[in-house]
Amino acid sequence: MTTTSPAPTSPASAPGSARSLLGRVRVDYRILAGLAVIAVAMIIAYQWDSQQTTAVAARTIREAAPLILAALCGLIGERSGIINIGIEGQMLLAAFVGFMVASSSGNLILGVMGGMAAASVAGLFLAWTAVALKMDQIIAGTIINIFGLGVTSFLYVQGRTMPSVPNWPIPGLDELPLIGSMLFSHGPLTYAALVAVVVVHVALFQTRWGLRTRAVGEHPSAADTVGVRVYFVRYRNLAIAGMLAGLAGFALLQSASVFNRGMTNGKGFIALAVMIFGRYRPFGVLSAAVLFGFFNALQAQLQFRQAFDIPPQFFGMIPFVFTIAVLAIAGLRTRPPAAIGQPYEKE
Amino acid sequence: MTPTESSGTPLIEARGLTKRFPGVVANDRVDLVVHPGEILGLLGENGAGKSTLVKMIFGIYQPDEGQIFLRGEEMTADGPGQAIARGIGMVHQHFQLVPPLTVAENIVLGAETTRGGFLNRRAAEDEVRELSQRFGLIVEPSDVVEDLPVGIQQRVEILKALYRGAELLILDEPTAVLTPQETDELLGIMRDLASSGVGIIFITHKLREVLAVTDRVTVLRRGKSVGSVDTADATTESLAELMVGRSVVLQVEKSAREPGEVVLAVDGLQVRDDRRQMSVDGATLQVRSGEIVGVAGVEGNGQRELVEAITGIRSIVGGSVTIGDHRVAGHPRRVRDLGVAYIPEDRERDGLVGNYSIADNMVLTDYHRPPFANTGIRRFDAVDANATELVERFDVRTPSIETTVGSLSGGNKQKVIVARELSHDNKLVVASQPTRGVDVGSIEFIHEQLIASRDEGDAVLLVSAELDEIFSLSDRIAVIYEGEIVAMLDPETTTREEVGLLMAGGGESDGESNGQVAGLGADGAAVD
Ligand SMILES: Nc1ncnc2c1ncn2[C@@H]1O[C@H](COP(=O)(O)OP(=O)(O)OP(=O)(O)O)[C@@H](O)[C@H]1O
Ligand SMILES: [Mg+2]
Repeated sequence: MTTTSPAPTSPASAPGSARSLLGRVRVDYRILAGLAVIAVAMIIAYQWDSQQTTAVAARTIREAAPLILAALCGLIGERSGIINIGIEGQMLLAAFVGFMVASSSGNLILGVMGGMAAASVAGLFLAWTAVALKMDQIIAGTIINIFGLGVTSFLYVQGRTMPSVPNWPIPGLDELPLIGSMLFSHGPLTYAALVAVVVVHVALFQTRWGLRTRAVGEHPSAADTVGVRVYFVRYRNLAIAGMLAGLAGFALLQSASVFNRGMTNGKGFIALAVMIFGRYRPFGVLSAAVLFGFFNALQAQLQFRQAFDIPPQFFGMIPFVFTIAVLAIAGLRTRPPAAIGQPYEKE
Repeated sequence: MTPTESSGTPLIEARGLTKRFPGVVANDRVDLVVHPGEILGLLGENGAGKSTLVKMIFGIYQPDEGQIFLRGEEMTADGPGQAIARGIGMVHQHFQLVPPLTVAENIVLGAETTRGGFLNRRAAEDEVRELSQRFGLIVEPSDVVEDLPVGIQQRVEILKALYRGAELLILDEPTAVLTPQETDELLGIMRDLASSGVGIIFITHKLREVLAVTDRVTVLRRGKSVGSVDTADATTESLAELMVGRSVVLQVEKSAREPGEVVLAVDGLQVRDDRRQMSVDGATLQVRSGEIVGVAGVEGNGQRELVEAITGIRSIVGGSVTIGDHRVAGHPRRVRDLGVAYIPEDRERDGLVGNYSIADNMVLTDYHRPPFANTGIRRFDAVDANATELVERFDVRTPSIETTVGSLSGGNKQKVIVARELSHDNKLVVASQPTRGVDVGSIEFIHEQLIASRDEGDAVLLVSAELDEIFSLSDRIAVIYEGEIVAMLDPETTTREEVGLLMAGGGESDGESNGQVAGLGADGAAVD
């Protein structure tokens, strides 16, 4: 008989991890603390000035939505082993194509689909450069960004309009104080962002797709030796992720109702920060995006109100300063998927 | 079990397999047969073509010539998919596990049972648990793989193959990274599997293991099969000779030598590991010129961090490391400039640049100074001459010095490092698992080189999971347990059992060392 001694050493299990219906949920106490501080501040501020507080709260979620969608795009890519810094370009392309389709057809659904298709094609391009050409993924992403900005700026002509995206308040719930306008009186793309968080989380941790995706992003040759088609997974996932970037781009149109040159204004890059701060996990992304959204909303409100005698550019800077600070701090302890950025070479 | 060539259809039969790589014929008309329930040992020097042969059987490489028959049916290999489907499982020389996934997730990956795309985690875990009990491969399905010791990871690899219904199991150097205890367990598991009808191809460089567990042995030499023998008729010497083509001295000769002044002094050292645990905690140790101090310990007791602190790679939290009369504080290059050679444990990661040529890898530590560079300009003639000489002297098997190191066989990679490190004029040699995955002939050679360094007056710190190696090379044995040196022993007066007990923490229970404190280190670390 063989010896059946137990494991010689059983290292302590990872702290802060627990089992639940949603799989292993890791709680990031830093983000939670940040959210808690904001929540308390909001409630206090609400007593003091309910109208403005409500406005900031609603705007927080609205600002968070494109960040969430874009960060989920980055997350799916990186979980499959491909760094995507081209999200900015994907969003811009999607916003442009979405706007053109919606404005010429008058149909928003077609517009959304057009935007998703455009960003998805850009995602496939990135996968192709990474998988087939084994190109540096940072360079490939930069190509998408430059292309997106250049082409959309060049082709854009002023004066077109598109139907505006409706607001869908949820009856009964939207009347609730603070919470109502914060969570239940948004446009469809904002709800889509919130739903996408849950869907991506469940898909990533509960399905075959997710298991294979994570394996490919961490250790492609291990996946390969058990018959998982690494290249196929990367192509497919970048196409899916591109659709999310497309939704993110269209979410910008939801609030602006019209295309503007360079209207992403760095959101694709902030989304990368959101993804890292969210530790490559969907609920982390949600929390981090809400933090960023809050600073954005605050900044907008302060600029709008001209509450202080300070140049508005100063407030406009807040989200970016926050991004740099977050990356400097959070980047230290975050562990990205092990295989990101490396082309996979079959033996 | 007595396997006979005529016992029914072979499980697997390879006929005349040939595989060429640029500049080498890795396999040259190789034949191989395995019957159900048989354990076949596959032996050969580094670069003999063992991994290439089994990769063809598993479908990773396509043979240039020859055929493979599984139960008499020819295989038309196209990737490992078909091999897996037809009952071939392989445990690779480098583990193919996804570290952040759980044991169960790793095992079912690629063969998941799902309902509408959703994983049934509980069912998977139950299935894995059942399988692990049936074969005596005890694992906890919900453990995360990266938290597990290598021995357990190995079990996961084997379970992965069995989960897919493997009837032929290929194990490519499975014991290279195991502790002696883990190895014994694995050999037991292999015997059990064989008696349940699984055929096994077992690649190893350790002849003792071959004799202990195999039924038959096939030997490769430079890509050619030089014969198969029944294990019952073989001895360590006969196998070594068959592999290398000459007789090999398995026991190193070592003359007595008085050690000189202290070269390396480690005092109350504290170092954190990657998970920020204090994995070296109060280690004290001295190595004198002209002596080899062997550090024995179960893997994961701080050996890696100890070595990395000494070589300046890892920062020191408390205590001190002194080399000669310099205190070490980070700065690997400054440490090297003190005359320190370092053979790292993880050669792929810490010792070599895989896509650089052999010539460049041979000068990784001093490409920047004469004769390899002059006022900042590299001198390629000197680099090449150096590489040509070292390849010759250390018998690195390679088509040329321009070959990238990444395409060498495991053992030859190791020889490149050993050649680079030991060809310098050193004061201190830090060697961590220097013969891991290296063939008998090369082990002999590396051992001779380490002893030669010692005889020239170098201080040698040897970290090894092989007790045989520790015993045959060391002048003193330091036992490390949970980050502390718990005993300093004299190999002449100590037994393997005593060391084994101390390694397992057995020295602490009665408060006294079970072994003897060697007289040499008057102020060396004794038991506390
Ligand atoms: N992918 C490859 N490309 C080029 N050459 C290769 C490749 N794989 C192996 N070789 C060469 O083929 C020969 C056989 O290598 P192989 O890995 O089969 O040896 P091995 O017997 O497994 O050695 P070791 O005991 O060191 O693992 C070596 O000369 C090696 O350099
Ligand atoms: Mg090999």
